[in-house]
Amino acid sequence: MKKQVTSSDRRKRRPPLVLLILAALGLAVFVIPLLGLLARTPWRDLPTLLTGDVVLDALRVSVIASLGATAISAILGVPLAWVLARVEFPGRSIVRGLVVLPLVLPPVVGGAALLFALGRRGLIGEPLNKATGLVLPFSTWGVVVAATFVAMPFLVITVEGALRNLDARFEGAAATLGAGRWTVLRRVTLPMIGPSLAAGLALTWARALGEFGATITFAGNLQGRTQTLPLAVFVALESDRGAAVALSLVMVVISLTVLVVLRERWWRLI
Amino acid sequence: MGLATGALLLAACGTTGSGADGEVLVSAAASLTDAFSEMEAAFEAVNPETDVLLNSGGSSALREQILAGAPADVFASANMSNMDQVVAAGEVEGEPTIFARNRLDIAVPSGNPGGVTGLADFARDELLIGLCAEDIPCGDYGRQVLEKAHVIPAVDTDEPNVRALLSKIEAGELDAGIVYVTDVASTDGGVGGVRIPDDENVLADYPIASLANAPNADGAAAFVAFVLSDAGRSILADHGFALP
Repeated sequence: MKKQVTSSDRRKRRPPLVLLILAALGLAVFVIPLLGLLARTPWRDLPTLLTGDVVLDALRVSVIASLGATAISAILGVPLAWVLARVEFPGRSIVRGLVVLPLVLPPVVGGAALLFALGRRGLIGEPLNKATGLVLPFSTWGVVVAATFVAMPFLVITVEGALRNLDARFEGAAATLGAGRWTVLRRVTLPMIGPSLAAGLALTWARALGEFGATITFAGNLQGRTQTLPLAVFVALESDRGAAVALSLVMVVISLTVLVVLRERWWRLI
Repeated sequence: MGLATGALLLAACGTTGSGADGEVLVSAAASLTDAFSEMEAAFEAVNPETDVLLNSGGSSALREQILAGAPADVFASANMSNMDQVVAAGEVEGEPTIFARNRLDIAVPSGNPGGVTGLADFARDELLIGLCAEDIPCGDYGRQVLEKAHVIPAVDTDEPNVRALLSKIEAGELDAGIVYVTDVASTDGGVGGVRIPDDENVLADYPIASLANAPNADGAAAFVAFVLSDAGRSILADHGFALP
């Protein structure tokens, strides 16, 4: 690894112009929409817009749902990643495919699938409802479930990748020295993949925060209960564009901050 | 068969004064989805050089698209206020024409599990109740109806358009919602309708217009003329719309 870096240093020249132009165009794809947003931002009304009921309610639902989804993803996703990375079993590639499916599936399809499975008349939802009276759609829990569905793959693939790149000899050494399997996991494996785990958690959280399609399809849209920031933006676009832009700006600032901080603190360690 | 098609072709050509070609982008209210799909097929049958692209959505979303410069040719709204805003922005060619009317109905899943018998049930907290979002026509009309009946609804979701609401009712995930009569008819028994009495109901006016910046002005004019023709009116009537 190190050798490669030095050799490429030696061959360091000015990057080809064509490459720079294409890279700039690539960057423009991301930057231009943001400029559009900034151009339409009603800066003067921003404080009033951002402290309105709708915004605060949506912010609360979004924070609860995204943190909830991240917590569930951590509890279930890390073991899943470990199994995928460390246990050989038939059909592992199929399982891996299933896990990353939500990354490429249109979220609205995910939402519909969740409704057919966990809705009041769903495959699992119906018996669940009869047994416990629990109804997931149109509840904040429904928002958490939808966000978990779309966001957990980010955690699983990040952690699985880290586990597969981990030098198994460290764990082997710890085991040789008498550490039990749980101790190895807690004291050696998890700390070693710490940066990846943190990056995975942050990505999961960011994806959960931005989730829209599965949420509106599965959990509906009600201010204070299921209306997250993205849903509030969607609804406001048709009635109060200033509020929609203000809300969008909040999302951009939050997400960008998280990603930039992440980049600085963890990604370089991977 | 051939004769009948020929006759229809002739009749329709007479009414549309066609000669239009190319793509015609029609932005139509979600509640028009079924009627306008059929309208599209019928229009293309008599104007084989045209290709109608139907852009369905909540009228307010369609309005925003048009005001933001979307290259639509025709706008058909489920209420006057969205059309009025497009007119006020100078985006409409000529005057909008009201081409259909609709009424509201309570939609319930087949079997009516919530035992909904009228608007008063919308106040029952234990039921899962859906309305259209306040800012789209069916949400506005729905709230007008509830207000007339002096019912404060225990709403569980504000759906972004009437089709989204209908599909959640049809799936049995909601116990009741307020939609258009034509929506209930469109599901062929998939949802049940509970009548809203005339004195509590509202009449929804549907205006249509060619757009001032239509990329295909001839196509737009031909499509609007077709909707207003006898052929168009009979399609609308088939889908349960009242005709002005």
